[in-house]
Amino acid sequence: MTDLLIKLIPLFPLLAVILNGLVGRRYSHEVAHRLAWGSVGLSFLCTISVFVDILRTGTPHEVIAYQWIFGGDLTINLAYLVDPLTCIMLLVVTGVGFLIHVYSVGYMHGEEGFTRFFTYMNLFMVSMLLLVMGNNYVVLFIGWEGVGLCSYLLIGYYYDKVSAAKAASKAFVVNRIGDAGFLLAIFLIFINFKTLDYTKVFAQVSELSPEMATAIALCLLVGAVGKSAQLPLYTWLPDAMEGPTPVSALIHAATMVTAGVYMIVRNHAIFDLSTTAMTVVGIIGGLTALFAATIGLVQTDIKRVLAYSTVSQLGYMILGCGIGAYTAAIFHLMTHAFFKALLFLSAGSVIHALSGEQDIRKMGGLSSKIPWTYRLFLVGTIAIAGIPPLAGFWSKDEILAHAFTHDHYLLYGMAAIGAFLTSFYMFRLIYLTFYGASRMDHHAEEHVHESSTVMVGPLMALGVLSILGGFMGFPPEHGWIHEFLAPVAGVGEGHDASTGLVLTLMMIATGIALLGWGLAHYFYSVNSSMPDRLAAQFQAAYATLLNKYYVDELYDLIWVEPLKKLGYLLDWFDRNVIDGLVRAVAQLADLAAAGSTWLEKYVIYSGLNVIGYGNHLAARQWRQLQSGMVHHYAAIIVAGLFLLAVIIQLFMQL
Amino acid sequence: MSFVPETSARWIALAATLANLCVALPLWWLFDPQTSQMQFTEHVAWITAPPIYYSLGLDGISLPLVLMTVGIMPLCVLASWNAITTRVRGFMAMVLVMETAMVGVFAALDFVLFYVFWEAMLIPMYLLIGVWGGTNRLYAAIKFFLYTLAGSMLLLVAIFVLYYYGGHTFDILALSQGTYPAQLQMWLFLAFFAAFAVKVPMFPFHTWLPDAHVEAPTAGSVILASVLLKMGTYGFLRFSLPMLPDASRLFTPIMVVLSIIAIIYGAYMALAQVDLKKLIAYSSVSHMGFVTLGLFVLNQQGIEGAVLQMVNHGITTGGLFLCVGIIYERTHSRLIADNVGLAAPMPQYATLLVIFALSSLGLPGTNSFVGEFLVLVGTFSWSKIAAAVASLGIILAATYLLWMVQRVVFGVPSPHHLPNLRDLNQRELVTLVPLVLLIFWIGFYPNPLVSRMHQSVTNTLASMSREKVAPTAHPSAGGTAPLLVDSDEQLEIQGESR
Repeated sequence: MTDLLIKLIPLFPLLAVILNGLVGRRYSHEVAHRLAWGSVGLSFLCTISVFVDILRTGTPHEVIAYQWIFGGDLTINLAYLVDPLTCIMLLVVTGVGFLIHVYSVGYMHGEEGFTRFFTYMNLFMVSMLLLVMGNNYVVLFIGWEGVGLCSYLLIGYYYDKVSAAKAASKAFVVNRIGDAGFLLAIFLIFINFKTLDYTKVFAQVSELSPEMATAIALCLLVGAVGKSAQLPLYTWLPDAMEGPTPVSALIHAATMVTAGVYMIVRNHAIFDLSTTAMTVVGIIGGLTALFAATIGLVQTDIKRVLAYSTVSQLGYMILGCGIGAYTAAIFHLMTHAFFKALLFLSAGSVIHALSGEQDIRKMGGLSSKIPWTYRLFLVGTIAIAGIPPLAGFWSKDEILAHAFTHDHYLLYGMAAIGAFLTSFYMFRLIYLTFYGASRMDHHAEEHVHESSTVMVGPLMALGVLSILGGFMGFPPEHGWIHEFLAPVAGVGEGHDASTGLVLTLMMIATGIALLGWGLAHYFYSVNSSMPDRLAAQFQAAYATLLNKYYVDELYDLIWVEPLKKLGYLLDWFDRNVIDGLVRAVAQLADLAAAGSTWLEKYVIYSGLNVIGYGNHLAARQWRQLQSGMVHHYAAIIVAGLFLLAVIIQLFMQL
Repeated sequence: MSFVPETSARWIALAATLANLCVALPLWWLFDPQTSQMQFTEHVAWITAPPIYYSLGLDGISLPLVLMTVGIMPLCVLASWNAITTRVRGFMAMVLVMETAMVGVFAALDFVLFYVFWEAMLIPMYLLIGVWGGTNRLYAAIKFFLYTLAGSMLLLVAIFVLYYYGGHTFDILALSQGTYPAQLQMWLFLAFFAAFAVKVPMFPFHTWLPDAHVEAPTAGSVILASVLLKMGTYGFLRFSLPMLPDASRLFTPIMVVLSIIAIIYGAYMALAQVDLKKLIAYSSVSHMGFVTLGLFVLNQQGIEGAVLQMVNHGITTGGLFLCVGIIYERTHSRLIADNVGLAAPMPQYATLLVIFALSSLGLPGTNSFVGEFLVLVGTFSWSKIAAAVASLGIILAATYLLWMVQRVVFGVPSPHHLPNLRDLNQRELVTLVPLVLLIFWIGFYPNPLVSRMHQSVTNTLASMSREKVAPTAHPSAGGTAPLLVDSDEQLEIQGESR
């Protein structure tokens, strides 16, 4: 029964994709959206049933759908593995996915490509489900590329916008760099283990040499860095905000971008073997968490601020992986999915209310006009800032505490500063958007309205999860989620910190978060001329942050432009050098033919001159490529056939 | 064909190609995947001395290629329905001659017969480009003709040399079982290389391809890309590997390096193109690099991936060229700059174009992923660095194809062309949809295809290392059976001729 349900989970959205994609034009938007969210809802119900079963029995399920690729000693099945880790991912993906689908019905209402939007969203669900459910690396990779494709299609949803098309291509191509790394990791795993099934690989993982483990882990990391938007491949994610807001919430915050974290946790057995790889993972995570947070400080587009906060929060998860806090990383992945989806969808509600305005400099004073959106955005902000008892506090604090108690003081420092900055820029967003005087233009102000129930409903559900979700991990290191994930993510080494230390660290974390809030309050409520004064005083630093450290420009300069130039250079090379050589050979043949013509004319005077004549003709033809006298070719063919006949004659006599 | 009126030529050609498809299709089910022996064989004496037979047969390598060929041809006829307005009769006749020759090449089991079909392809293709092509068609046609003719001459010489050293027979299977001196193998390999590498085309013998593609009519481009390019790789697989195993091993590093250069170089070239057909032509150079790479890493995954990739490239690139033809009929331009923003006026076309592009860049779930994955797995066990560099090709493929899609599909169409941008009609849908179905079928369930080529690939590899393996000890005993049969026949033949 459970096996059947597992097979059904990705099948429902797939059916919806096929129906909406092929015959969606024939029926109304009403039918299309019901199919879309209904199918995800059904998947969610199946997931719950499977989850309950695993909770009760504790045994993972492995289900083979069919044999997919084989060649030589390589066999790959389209097969699923559902264990506690997959369960958590499935619940997040289908649960949050369902809410976002429902929200989208309201948000996308009246859009021209309504059915197309839901087709892509469902296709995304299918891919994401394959990604987390696959029992081997190749199924993971199908999902991995599939979600990238859907991300591409949905970023480029407004296809007449050139910026959207560019952002879409950028996202896909940057991701492909990561994918190539991931692919290499898959090959390395295959030649070492002769199989690509997780269970078989992890069963013999201890035979791996440390160097090989490092190589595999680093290749996997390249994949994770691309998909989870870490340094140095994060630049696509902020641009991805060109897509509709529900897409940003579902794909570019809650689910797809966390695939890298899932992949590292899934492969933690390999990462555990290599201290080098773990150190690199930790440093990349820490740097990203801090780096993205600094950019978030000064951005003025509400979605871009959230995008940089996503990059930063993903950094925390990767950092968690790097210090071996796998459960904490997944825990943060889950709470982040709740509060970041909430934040994005609330931001969408704000944008909806303001008829498309995204610039926070043109907002302000919205708290009374759209009260529910405001309250829920505030819940999300408190959660992400890490103020207890909301969800973000528990998971983020656990990563920080783990870093501190396991002597990663540098990483702890980075993460703590990042947490302070996060709290600051998120409350900055609250103050600029919802408090103070209105800076809206009059046209927009007249139309401000609270969103419909179909949009606010999912927000409330996410709000509740953002408030209560953290208690799954309470008490720290010994909560329900820790026990549930213990068979997959491993139990942290003894190393239990004293309760006193844990409490002290919690208080520090809370203090940091409150400090960020306080500073935001001071800057944007008490002394609101302060930010401008600071920006004027530290102009260079401000400009650097505002321009995102000029990383995009740098990449253009060192990577994109040379790539194009090399293409043009090779094109010139191809036309002039290689083709030139071909023409030179032709001329050489021409010369030789002239010589042989002379020879034939004055030395040999026999039946052979037929061959010579053919040769001569060929050479002349080379010279007169442009003139193209077809009938000469007929002569060559005749000569060739004659030659053939002569040779065959010769053989017959032998 | 030459006796029918111009107006019915299209219908007759369509009927002929469809009839051919109907005859060929049952072979898929009748084919026995458990054996590597030639099936559906035909063996008629043609010339007694020297012994040349009209000898045909299919194994797991040629079956998919033959089916792909006969499957593509009706689409070519349909694609030319309105595009060809002058000398329709001649055009359709040439297309049909092409089909005969191409199927013949894949099915021939006699080397002379093979060569006859091989050369016979040249003339109709030359005419297709030279008569019905674009403005610079003669230059392109002659370049194509001479390039390939030069290679073919050496192939002919090699065939005669093999005849002498292989026991006075042109039987391909018998010749594959013979052993030849290492020095001779080297020369023969180079002669084969001249013929096959031009056809593939491998770097640096590829410059005829962009010109030929740009000038050829749509059907010509599709035939060229889908089928003709496979002749070269098929030749390597059918002749170079089993007949010249030592030389193949010797040249492997060079072939791998040339393949990788082709992959990267072709992709870079594609990046720089402003003409859609040239872009796809260079992408073919890159994709065919994957095929030769898979062949010459000389292992099961590599070769199976390569054969699969031959079929895949035929489907996907054929589809891309059909797409270019369709847009050319509307805007009369192949330039990217003239064909922008097609998503709004031509949603169905845009969808299909994106699917072909995604298949071409090897997205999982499409056909090319399976093939490229197998090739890369095979390459990886030969050399990690080679596979790593080849993987760059995957990134570059995404770059040039999505950049193309970004410019062609997205954006706002030019008002000048907008009135002409009608979405696909029924006929055009019929030409493209079967290819899309094949893309997903092979992408999600390649098993039937791979299992049919399995034994033949195993057999090819076994015949490469036959000195080391005792015939009876090998698990695929089927592979050794033709040896006995053929050498018996061969003895008889020799007896007769003396």
